[in-house]
Amino acid sequence: MYSQTEILKEPEINSSNSAEGELVINIGPQHPATHGVLHLVVTLNGETVKKVEPHLGYIHRSIEKMCESLSYRQFIYVTSRMDYLSAHVNNHACAMTVEKAMQIEVPTRAQYIRVIMDELTRIASHELWWGALAMDLGAFTPFFYAFRERETINDIMEQTCGARLTMNYMVPGGVMADIHPSFQQKVKDFIKLFKSNIDEYDELVTGSVIFQSRMKGVGCLSKEDAISYGCTGPVARGSGVHCDIRKIYPYEIYKQVEFNEIIETAGDSFSRYLVRIKEMKESIKIIEQLIDNIPEGDYQAKTKAVLKLPKGEFYTRVETARGELGVYIVSEGGTTPYRIKFRSPGFSNLSALDHMVRGSKIGDLMATMGTLDLVIPDIDR
Amino acid sequence: MTNEEVKEFVLGIHPSAVFDETGEWLNIQIDAAEWKRLAKLLRNAPFNFDYLFCLTCIDWKTFMTMVYHLSSTTHRHTIVIKAKVDRADARIESVVDVWKTAEFHEREVYDLFGVHFTNHPDLRRLILTDDFEGYPLRKDYDDPVNMIKL
Repeated sequence: MYSQTEILKEPEINSSNSAEGELVINIGPQHPATHGVLHLVVTLNGETVKKVEPHLGYIHRSIEKMCESLSYRQFIYVTSRMDYLSAHVNNHACAMTVEKAMQIEVPTRAQYIRVIMDELTRIASHELWWGALAMDLGAFTPFFYAFRERETINDIMEQTCGARLTMNYMVPGGVMADIHPSFQQKVKDFIKLFKSNIDEYDELVTGSVIFQSRMKGVGCLSKEDAISYGCTGPVARGSGVHCDIRKIYPYEIYKQVEFNEIIETAGDSFSRYLVRIKEMKESIKIIEQLIDNIPEGDYQAKTKAVLKLPKGEFYTRVETARGELGVYIVSEGGTTPYRIKFRSPGFSNLSALDHMVRGSKIGDLMATMGTLDLVIPDIDR
Repeated sequence: MTNEEVKEFVLGIHPSAVFDETGEWLNIQIDAAEWKRLAKLLRNAPFNFDYLFCLTCIDWKTFMTMVYHLSSTTHRHTIVIKAKVDRADARIESVVDVWKTAEFHEREVYDLFGVHFTNHPDLRRLILTDDFEGYPLRKDYDDPVNMIKL
């Protein structure tokens, strides 16, 4: 174990090893641009970035170990605390793994509700990213514009799930409770509001010359590198990789809805930006197709009080707002998992950061990191 | 591309490989010593398994198993490679030069399971502090203070 003084000890940086004129600085763990407790040790030569070394673990809770002593109903709630901006999608992945292993048939009504919730989450997450990215680059106003829409989604979530951030709404077999009677109307109101406001985003940020010159040609990632680094989600799609799990391995009712996988090929920060902006519009398209057609029926399949998974290994992947989330359960036939692994999208996306920013200016490091859309609890787990 | 083609290919390189098709994907049990050579061949044509999307370890109390989930972005085919490693002297060749994502994932496994990846460019603890003792995800790890048991 460790003592208090050891925790407070500065990270060891051997300054005598650094070359002439090089400076090592610590960004974080408490820094506004890292959006959480991420610690970057950056080696600089003047303003040029020579190396970026992420130090993780400031919010490590060992969720994988914790899950080994939790039942298959309980462990889902812990996962809301990984990527807290995609809580629904995390819960969804876990619920689907359990359903797959136990061969539980999920009612169609629950599948519709789940997909609508996933897409609302995706929009809410991208909204926050958009506001925060603009703030990283020195524009404060977009943050308020983003929260104007995001609050509406949070209100919808609060009404149906009882929580605004860590919803814990999806359970093995369906969803925890039926939707609120005014859910459909509220979602439709939101769509109307969103559609009338999304153009302001482009006027305010996308079209800005200053913004574009900070984004274009910055933090480039080639298609081959994106795959090799295991990047997924908008980061990989900005580099031209087809990796949308909703398209290539469709789950639930994604097969039946029409939407486009957004691909940009430039591989720079601006293309990652465009992917997310366009993805929000695609999510709206998905919700519009489903919201009026939610079938009647049960919102949850009948399951036993104690869930027991058969012996074996089960893997499920879903598309969160940040990329591919994998849930890998190794079961020995008991009521708790023998081993559980969460393949988090942010972890792999972060590993490409050093490669993306080497040789660029320190200001570009912030812009690049902003377009990676990192959520630190998702990386540390 | 089918599982049969992969099986034939793997048997050509590593005749003692054991296959298991009971799960969702083809599982291939190999010797840890053969892993690096096989990894390079699987990464390239004809199969092009270019996407290592999950790298982890399982502690079975008497031995440990390294698990690699590989996918091909051209063929959209997925396989799982498993290699047994000794618990007392856990050691396997690193695949950082085959898939770059392995660098962080291997550091994480080293950190939490204590598996040594030979020829890894920068094998240090990733999540825990450098002076942390023990490997928390091993089954015999015990921390009477911080661990919550239900």
